[in-house]
Amino acid sequence: MFQDLSFELPSGTALVVTGANGIGKSSLLRTLAGLVALAGGTLRLDDGVEDRPPAEHAHYFGHQNAVKAALSVFENLSFWQGFTSPVTTPAYQATALSPEAALDLLGIGHTIDLPAGFLSAGQTRRLALARLLVTPRPIWLMDEPTSALDKASEGQLLELMNGHLVAGGLIVTATHTELALAKTSILHLRTADPVFPEEEDLPA
Amino acid sequence: MSSWAAVLFRRDLRLSVRVGGSALVGVLFFLAVVTVIPFGVGPDLNLLSRIGPAILWIGALLATLLGLDRLFQADREDGTLDLMLMAGRPLELLVLIKCLAHWVATGLPLVIAAPLLGIFLNLDPVATGAVTLTLLVGTPALTLIGAIGAALTVSLRRGGLLLAVLVIPLAIPVLIFGVSAADAAIHDPVPFLTPFLILCALSLIAAVIGPLAAAAALRFAGD
Repeated sequence: MFQDLSFELPSGTALVVTGANGIGKSSLLRTLAGLVALAGGTLRLDDGVEDRPPAEHAHYFGHQNAVKAALSVFENLSFWQGFTSPVTTPAYQATALSPEAALDLLGIGHTIDLPAGFLSAGQTRRLALARLLVTPRPIWLMDEPTSALDKASEGQLLELMNGHLVAGGLIVTATHTELALAKTSILHLRTADPVFPEEEDLPA
Repeated sequence: MSSWAAVLFRRDLRLSVRVGGSALVGVLFFLAVVTVIPFGVGPDLNLLSRIGPAILWIGALLATLLGLDRLFQADREDGTLDLMLMAGRPLELLVLIKCLAHWVATGLPLVIAAPLLGIFLNLDPVATGAVTLTLLVGTPALTLIGAIGAALTVSLRRGGLLLAVLVIPLAIPVLIFGVSAADAAIHDPVPFLTPFLILCALSLIAAVIGPLAAAAALRFAGD
């Protein structure tokens, strides 16, 4: 799938993955999330928790929201809080929010007792985002994080992402929209050159 | 039980009794199968009581298969399974907890309904008790073996039929020893305990092999 792809990301930095449709941005994120097996090469996380692979340090915020329509908003969120193991590293110390606080922060506190099936697409997206706040994990893998969000929530999302970077976290995000993040590197994926087959790796 | 396991167990149980859950479907199907048989066989009470344990067991097997295809598929479709794989919890244990919750929601109602349905089949109290006991011990094995099929067919859109084809051959030993233990309780000279203990052993083996195999299949299914 990928050829000659390498990058490193210091703590507190976001990596923005760009490239045309179908180039493999989502596949890259899924590979980092451990959902696609590596065909070759290595993924390394310095100062991580021992005997946990990098994927278990990460939150994956993908296209699917992993929200159960039959459960209430609170039940959905508290399940993920109780189920996902929190990870903190020397470089990343964050405290977990309670489900109520996370929902209030994202502006859907009033829906807490509603079945999640009643939420709009944007609200469901915010509920999925709340999952990242109730369990601290240093790496956020975000695939098109702004999809289905309005302008106001987009600004709020950026605030949260910047807050995560300030706390020493890492973000890898695939996106088509400009994200005003504090410290970013850009990884632009393109099809292999027919003459010199290589993928480029641009530190910003 | 550690807290994440309890959280997962409660969530799965909740989901199966809420709208769209499969808790009641299995027991209603069980009821349908068992009530239809006497109409097909005819009003021969002796025949019914002789084949009664087998009918209850076959009904329970089919009813268990009915809800199994959603065991992992529902979680895969909305992206939950991906996150579960990343959650940092042992996948084998996760499968075991999910099977346990699934059994409590769909298998246990079958066991509870069995004595009632035994009346339809002219079973005497001893036979009813024996069938209920064998179902209580044997249906977890069906769920655990079925989990292997559910994990293998998780990415198929209509995997239910394939699941049945995959799982039924593996479930045959459970059926054989379940029915023979129930029969042994009715016909005196045959010892009840021998087939019953083998049935218990089958459940225990399934509790080890089922989660291991299903977890391996789920890891492989993560495209």
